[in-house]
Amino acid sequence: MESPAVEIADLVKRYGGTTAIDGLDLLAARGAVTAVLGPNGAGKTSTVEICEGFRRADAGTVRVLGSAPDAAALRPRVGVMLQSGGVPPAMRCAEWLRLVARFYARPLDPGALLERLGLSDHVRTPYRRLSGGQQQRLSLAAAVVGRPELVFLDEPTAGLDPQARHACWELVGELRAAGVSVVLTTHHMDEAERLADKVVIIDRGRVVAEGSPASLTGAERQLRFRARPGLALEELLNALPAGSAAKESPAGHYIIEGQVDPELLATVTAWCAAEGVTADDLRIERRTLEDVFLELTGRELR
Amino acid sequence: MSATLDFTPAPGAAPFPRMVLAQAGAEIKAMLRNGEQLLLTMIIPVLLLVGFSVAPLIDVGGGDRVAFLAPGVLALAVMSTAFTGQAIATGFERRYGVLRRLGATPLSRAGLMLAKTAAVIAVEAIQVGVIVAVALALGWQPQGSPFAAALLVLLGTAAFSGLGLLMAGLLRAEATLAAANLVYLLLLAAGGVVFPLAKFPASVRPVLELLPISALTGGLRAVLTGGAALPLGALAVLAAWAVVSLGVAARTFRWE
Repeated sequence: MESPAVEIADLVKRYGGTTAIDGLDLLAARGAVTAVLGPNGAGKTSTVEICEGFRRADAGTVRVLGSAPDAAALRPRVGVMLQSGGVPPAMRCAEWLRLVARFYARPLDPGALLERLGLSDHVRTPYRRLSGGQQQRLSLAAAVVGRPELVFLDEPTAGLDPQARHACWELVGELRAAGVSVVLTTHHMDEAERLADKVVIIDRGRVVAEGSPASLTGAERQLRFRARPGLALEELLNALPAGSAAKESPAGHYIIEGQVDPELLATVTAWCAAEGVTADDLRIERRTLEDVFLELTGRELR
Repeated sequence: MSATLDFTPAPGAAPFPRMVLAQAGAEIKAMLRNGEQLLLTMIIPVLLLVGFSVAPLIDVGGGDRVAFLAPGVLALAVMSTAFTGQAIATGFERRYGVLRRLGATPLSRAGLMLAKTAAVIAVEAIQVGVIVAVALALGWQPQGSPFAAALLVLLGTAAFSGLGLLMAGLLRAEATLAAANLVYLLLLAAGGVVFPLAKFPASVRPVLELLPISALTGGLRAVLTGGAALPLGALAVLAAWAVVSLGVAARTFRWE
């Protein structure tokens, strides 16, 4: 059987006295997009850098395409996008991509790739004069130019404007369609929900949840509305079917969970009428990954 | 959005020589493009050669001025590229994560070191060409075997590269920048490049003669001015510096 793109078991990484990764398990399937989602400092970059062979694990096992992460044989097969830097500041944009392309046997055409990422007007611009977003896109180009089987993208859209972010998302979609395995880190839940086949949510160096975006957010829907703070929800709960839940979080924002159907909606609006309150901004929606993270950790994702 | 790209995986490393050539080409371009480095590698040596040959500002200890200065300036050129330039460039490459990023490509560390060495030698060849042309125009008549001179330059390159990489591997980039320039100046002053070692007190001379720059300057002068066959003493000093500095650099170098 073909080995997974990435297989991590019981990974531990410490820096001095602090434990950055604390017994992390992760499985990234071949040909899929796996998003590692978590707040800054959760251990995302450390995990990816161990997979890239840049850092050594203190404990646990890591296999990348079935090999040890620092195996020389992996270098042509794995593309890497660092979170920042990695390019000599005086090197011109196209020069760098052409140089990286020449390390590979069957690279993509650097010119076409630059055009695809909207860098055609900057081929002669030194790296240090590119904007942050342009530098990011050049790093992304260098990660894929060698036609790898697996790419690691560390915060690929950090600092990108919305248009460039969409271009990046589109590229990740094309990589996936072409059969490339993608492991990316992000702290944008919309990015993870949109791109990933599998999301691994990590916090304080541990996996707190994983699964497809749909399985994580659940089929369950929520009814949300705004009203004056401090409504007595007990009465409402008595009127709702068993298994429903109602909470106010934060003050003035009400969330009703359960079998969200027309009957429940009618019950809630009737109760509001009886209380003499107007429910503002009433809507039915699915949970987001942000809600999931908040529920699991009690903290905001960002 | 017009270009169609086939992302279907087709991994593979380029042939080793192609990778090394590509990287060496990029390194040469970077060296020739860097203004401060050109000042160090080209402009200062040529200015010293022309200035001190034409104007009798320093006492070269009698004899033909250009015959004394040309070998010293050649040695200085080797030091500026192999030691100062390489130390500073490598220090900043480490700082900017370039070494780390290259480590994620199929170019191996051995390939990278080979490319750096090739680039240093290529730039030295340009320097030697320019300096020799200028010296000949000033009436220089070199003696001795070009082969012996080339051997000295190669051993000097190895010794200075080892020292440069040792420094770049241990110090922060800014500290390397400062220290490499300071060492350059000190060795320029105390290595017999333009001021003859004979002018220094007899008590310090034996120590100064063991410096790599003195060995290279003295060796080149013995061959090119004195017509010596193979200056074994100078070769031995350079070889010792090369073995020790490269050995220690290989053990202590941090890529990140």
